[in-house]
Amino acid sequence: MNIYLQTFKRDLRVAIRNPSSVLNPLLFFVISVSLFPLAISPEASTLSQIAAGIIWVASMLAVLLSLNALFHHDFENGVLEQMVISHHSLPLLILCKIAAHWILTGIPIILLSPLLGLFLFLDGESVKVLMLTLLLATPSLSLIGAIGASLIVGIKNSGMLLSLLILPLYIPILIFASSAVSQAQFDLEISGQLYFLATILMVSLMGAPFVSAFALKISLE
Amino acid sequence: MLKVTNLSCQRGYNQLFSNLNFNVNTGDILRITGANGSGKTSLLKILAGLNAPEEGETTFNNHSVKSDEYQNEVFYLGHLSAISAELTCIENLEFLTGLNKSIDQHLLIESLDQVGLKGYEDEYCAKLSAGQKRRVILAGLFVSNAKIWLLDEPFTALDPHGVKIVEDRISKHCAQGGFCLFTTHQDSALPNQKVLAL
Repeated sequence: MNIYLQTFKRDLRVAIRNPSSVLNPLLFFVISVSLFPLAISPEASTLSQIAAGIIWVASMLAVLLSLNALFHHDFENGVLEQMVISHHSLPLLILCKIAAHWILTGIPIILLSPLLGLFLFLDGESVKVLMLTLLLATPSLSLIGAIGASLIVGIKNSGMLLSLLILPLYIPILIFASSAVSQAQFDLEISGQLYFLATILMVSLMGAPFVSAFALKISLE
Repeated sequence: MLKVTNLSCQRGYNQLFSNLNFNVNTGDILRITGANGSGKTSLLKILAGLNAPEEGETTFNNHSVKSDEYQNEVFYLGHLSAISAELTCIENLEFLTGLNKSIDQHLLIESLDQVGLKGYEDEYCAKLSAGQKRRVILAGLFVSNAKIWLLDEPFTALDPHGVKIVEDRISKHCAQGGFCLFTTHQDSALPNQKVLAL
């Protein structure tokens, strides 16, 4: 079997057999969003105004929470060393790991978002836009996050450092995505925001695996 | 021929070794000895292409460490066994050997049999002992086509019978034109081994 496909399947398999690392961020996502109506107000008009922002912030933090697991286990058991010295393309191997990460965190977040959108009184049209922004931008979150995860892979207790490194890079995504949903609520044009999100996705798809591979090599030295 | 020229390595403020020169010819078994912290693992990592040396270079038949010709020929066994606890023996082995070259499953099962893990193919590695985990990656080493074996403490956690299996395979590999560089603190009964003291 092709090694890239094998890497992808292996990561899915490891995650399915050790589901807590995948389920914890998702649980965090659902719980944190569902606490807002209790804390702020159950009023439909208030909640629908801030719904997009809440769901987007929560999904970003959920992805951040899941990033530690991306390379950590493979670093601890020595699999990363073997990946680095193999003659296969390290950026491509990393891209396969990122793809598996997106399937395990990004896709469930996209699938859960309509439900949470309804919790917060988002109308049907806006829920569609919310899902579209998540579909366009969660792969970027995984890709950009992989750079941070590979930089801190050898450092113990590095959760805080990862947030400091990655969150500033996530800010443009947060701004464009949540403003797309809020504008859709007022029936305004959102193509500009979507193009920006697509551009960020393309740039991170091109660059992140290479930067991440470079960072991993440095971390392993 | 594996050729090491003027190799120097520094870790933090410590100069581990400097101006190291040696050649390893076809069929040579080179045992690297030295006290703890003398740079044995660092040397093997440099030869595997994991670390960059401070100075100097390593070539295999005039190909540099970074080249595909070199990397295709290297199997590096580090301190860590590269085994995921969530996967079974055969799944781990398929992935590890796949990183070098994909190998038929029946050869992998045969190789597990040779290292004394017959019947453990579908056992989760979380349930294996340290020595058994070591045997899984050794099974991968034995089926690989790599010529240069870089083994960091290959005998760790192995029982005397396991050590004997590894020694036999090293002798056989080198008799067939391979190279083997290894470190160990244990006595090794390998015949014709050369010693490099760091």
